Amino acid sequence: MTAQLQIEAFSLAFRTRHGTVRALEDVSLSVQRGEIVGLVGESGSGKSVLAYAVMGLQDAAARVQSGRITFGGMDMLGASEQALADVRGREVAMIFQSPRAALNPIRKVGRQIEDILRQHANLPSSELRKHAIAALNRVRIPDPERRYNAYPFELSGGMCQRVMIAMALACSPFLLIADEPTTGLDVTTQAVIMDLIRDMSRDAQMSTLLITHDLGLAGEYCDRIAVMHAGHVVEVAPTEELLSHPAHPYTRQLLAATPTPRSTVDGLVSIPGQLPDLRRELPPCRFSARCARHVALCDELPLPWTVVNEAHLVRCWVPL
Amino acid sequence: MPPLLDAQALSKHYPVGGGRRGATLHAVDAVDLRIAPGECVGLVGESGCGKSTLVRLLARLIDPTSGRILLDGDDTTAVSQARFVTMPARARIQVVFQDPSESLNPSFRVFDSIADPLKRLLGIKDRAQLAVRVHRAADLVGLPRELIERYPHQLSGGQRARVGIARAIAVEPALLILDEPTSALDVSVQAVILRLLADLRARLGMSYLFVSHDLNVVRLLCSRVVVMYLGRVVEVAPTEALFTTPRHPYTQALIAAIPDPARRGEVRPRLDGSPRSPIDPDPDTCRFYGRCSRGTDRCATAMPALRPFGDDHFAACHFA
Repeated sequence: MTAQLQIEAFSLAFRTRHGTVRALEDVSLSVQRGEIVGLVGESGSGKSVLAYAVMGLQDAAARVQSGRITFGGMDMLGASEQALADVRGREVAMIFQSPRAALNPIRKVGRQIEDILRQHANLPSSELRKHAIAALNRVRIPDPERRYNAYPFELSGGMCQRVMIAMALACSPFLLIADEPTTGLDVTTQAVIMDLIRDMSRDAQMSTLLITHDLGLAGEYCDRIAVMHAGHVVEVAPTEELLSHPAHPYTRQLLAATPTPRSTVDGLVSIPGQLPDLRRELPPCRFSARCARHVALCDELPLPWTVVNEAHLVRCWVPL
Repeated sequence: MPPLLDAQALSKHYPVGGGRRGATLHAVDAVDLRIAPGECVGLVGESGCGKSTLVRLLARLIDPTSGRILLDGDDTTAVSQARFVTMPARARIQVVFQDPSESLNPSFRVFDSIADPLKRLLGIKDRAQLAVRVHRAADLVGLPRELIERYPHQLSGGQRARVGIARAIAVEPALLILDEPTSALDVSVQAVILRLLADLRARLGMSYLFVSHDLNVVRLLCSRVVVMYLGRVVEVAPTEALFTTPRHPYTQALIAAIPDPARRGEVRPRLDGSPRSPIDPDPDTCRFYGRCSRGTDRCATAMPALRPFGDDHFAACHFA
């Protein structure tokens, strides 16, 4: 299998008035064809910054310091704005957290799907409407002919998210980046939307990078999970293995803090301390100040990639 | 034991549309709810089902259209909402709101935020006496003393959540209504707050009404759960009974939608579509009709009432 998306030793910093924020450091991750990879971590861990970097959408203050991001062999960091614009929406698509904010409020949703098709699909104008309705139908929006004429405010949150997914999938992308696609939706709607994303990636061999703070959600839908902490990917493993045998102390604590159908209040363990200030001079392991297994080595040598097995990597000197 | 709070046939209807033929939106319809002293009751349901309206009614922030709320046996609905705020019973019910960064006055220091209800509801004016009560509340929620002179923007999310709780418990209420108290927090912080809430209830003997969309969290904290759908209570049951043998089809769909890594790849029944309109609903049609997999003609002609199923377990379905 070939990697659809390959991120190698990627570091990114933001220059701000209050110092340089080292938002991502030495991040490596790959997504294979047809695979769903979860990117989990607390807010501020750099999940969304990484997703935006993959899309080539960086803030003016962002500076890529090192590393490579390749998508289907194309260098996403060195590509021209023209080349990126061509890839975005057609080969890589993204869905955002708040669908109502991401959609144009004064344009009919069907028209917004047509805009994507007109830009990328090379279809005659007379065909656009038919394809837009088909796209709405594919995400199981009931009565798509009528919904074509709806404005975002006329649709529920779940329905708006389906429109976003229809837009993202309109040109059959190779890679879908879903940034907290179900945050703010009801659990019943969340289940329907996630089933939809899973089925779409299975059917079309589409790769998916699912960004979420919910380990339970990632656990149900992802093939592999990458855990982020303070701008580092600290552990990558197949889902079952990560959940049953976490190797990084942070992953284990994150699991212990997440309520499951089997946990008790007293069994919930909170993680001491908080994310470090990324503007400061930091030790090689950014978790060391919060870690019970901390040894002198952690603050001295650069972080290793410790191999638990072929598919299971962890960045820790003293893994569990 | 007589209930602490006893809501009887509580309804809240809003006129919509205006004019002579104006329609009525049934936000909460004929809801009965009892909370015993020291009990923790969970309230779940999708957005728009009337949870928040019910919270506002019970806290007497809005007046009901019909029905009564008995607090310690006294009818609080006998006086208007405007009069109620001046009564001593006002301090018996307190609310912790959803987003602590939105619900704290940004220009109040922590001290003033916690002292405000003490001044208004208990009439404490003496600065020294106020300080004693504020410090006691801050200690109870584990808020360090040095943060008491800070403004909300100088606090972390978890600290702000603690201020929101400290402010509510400062007046020593008998019933604490928690409206999604952890939904804005990261899991590691959520774990701390959940344990704090469990601990406070044990120490102060308060009752909780815990509103949440996260069923795993409800399961952790509550002994009884109320499920609402479109303004009506569709099921009430002890927590374990609700999760192991849900009776109402809606509750079953809700529980099947909880992400669970242990059930990865399983195809589960999903609840699709959206609820019916809450505007002028047919009084003889089950509110879940049309979305329910078990719906028959009978559901369209007779509204099911809550029926008992063993100890403390009630469901409103003809076929439960």
